[in-house]
Amino acid sequence: MQRSDIETEVIAILARQLLLPPDEIAPDARIDDLGLDSLGKVEAIFALEERFDISVPFNANAPDQPDFDISTVPSIVAGVERLIATRPA
Amino acid sequence: MRRVVVTGIGTVNALADTVPGTFEAFRSGRSGIGPLRFRDVDRLAIRIGAEISDWNPEARFDPRELGLLDRVTQYALVAGAEALAMAGIAEPLGPRGGVILGTAAGGLATWEDSYRAVFSEARNRVSPLVVPRLMHNAPASHLSIRHGFSGPVLAVSSACASANHAMGLAVQQIRLGTADVMLTGGAEAMLCFGGIKAWEGLRVLAPDACRPFSLGRKGMVIGDGAGVLVFEAEEHARARGARILAEVAGFGMTADAHDIIAPNTEGAARAMQLALQDADLGPQEIGYLNAHGTGTLLNDRSEAAAILQVFGQSPPVSSTKAAHGHAIGATGALEALACLLALGEGVLAPTLGCTQQDPDCPVDLVQGAARQGRVTAAMSNAFAFGGLNAVLVFRAAG
Repeated sequence: MQRSDIETEVIAILARQLLLPPDEIAPDARIDDLGLDSLGKVEAIFALEERFDISVPFNANAPDQPDFDISTVPSIVAGVERLIATRPA
Repeated sequence: MRRVVVTGIGTVNALADTVPGTFEAFRSGRSGIGPLRFRDVDRLAIRIGAEISDWNPEARFDPRELGLLDRVTQYALVAGAEALAMAGIAEPLGPRGGVILGTAAGGLATWEDSYRAVFSEARNRVSPLVVPRLMHNAPASHLSIRHGFSGPVLAVSSACASANHAMGLAVQQIRLGTADVMLTGGAEAMLCFGGIKAWEGLRVLAPDACRPFSLGRKGMVIGDGAGVLVFEAEEHARARGARILAEVAGFGMTADAHDIIAPNTEGAARAMQLALQDADLGPQEIGYLNAHGTGTLLNDRSEAAAILQVFGQSPPVSSTKAAHGHAIGATGALEALACLLALGEGVLAPTLGCTQQDPDCPVDLVQGAARQGRVTAAMSNAFAFGGLNAVLVFRAAG
């Protein structure tokens, strides 16, 4: 899967959570600026896992997420790309 | 208004299947958390919990009744029998006795086993006893039936505050005069595949350890168990010469009316203040506070702020959840036992798992090892999903 395809899917997932049209989410948007709350993040991660058949190492209790950075759209795309690459066959 | 006292306590939890064993674990700082061992655990991301190991229901119950008893009820019955034996109550109390027990999930494993049978194993029928096994009032009703308590009997379900709400309502029954003796507390048995799978999605469970109020915390660790306490009108207890363990002096409950998950400092603080008012105590008189202390970032910081708001200067605080796990609807009852240990023996059970206290939780944290101290009043906090807060205050027997 191309990086641009992943980006489109990530933005679509965020848009569904935020009840926004996808074109209102910039490819370099910061997640907190979009107004996604903590439950919204958990739901978005669930959607990423279902969409890409990956397991996202995310814990709501750690202020920093060394294993999966969800602070921006590009960081999520990079994280998904890495998880797809290491997905067990 | 009638005063309410505690005359008996009983428990089954990951630390021990008796009160003395649990107290010994509190004194020595032992944890009951370990690898989970139930069916399909290899399909979970979270594989630790405070399970009750070597539970052997066949050795504890008649085979003819066991078909009716989900584990949540088994735990309640064993804890209830210990509590009543300690209280010296062997005769049925009839309408003057009641049972109010908390549980968040009731007979969850019964749901799971039945769904597994019909969905996964394509079976066409399930046990005819599924409904009476899984209903939330099964633990309370079985205690009522077994011991002949025919007054106010019901279940209370308010997630992680269930047991504290149950105990608070039990106090009110005795104060109102609708019963003289109440069996109360909570029971929970969420440690099964579906129970943890449901929690996993919220991303609030720790994969490695429970670390309340600690930097590096990764969340809650779930535990199973039951705590049952005998609450009794003081004059009733004195008239029969019962040993009084402590007074249940105050109860406060509030709702945040704010968020279904995120805690709210204001709602928690109001519940603590109401409990102090109800007990007619000043904050400086609380010598031990058993915190809700789940080991989640949101709870610990919000709770610490609420404690400092109510107390100004923090009393000694500990969370015992890294020992018995977060027993959800039973946890308040297990934590009431820690308060009774503090009042009775001056032993403040430690917060385990705290490697470095979070500077954003600047309470006087009892950590690492138990602390000795004379305690004349103790507070126990429970704050639930749904924004429900229930706080109890216990006072040393006078």
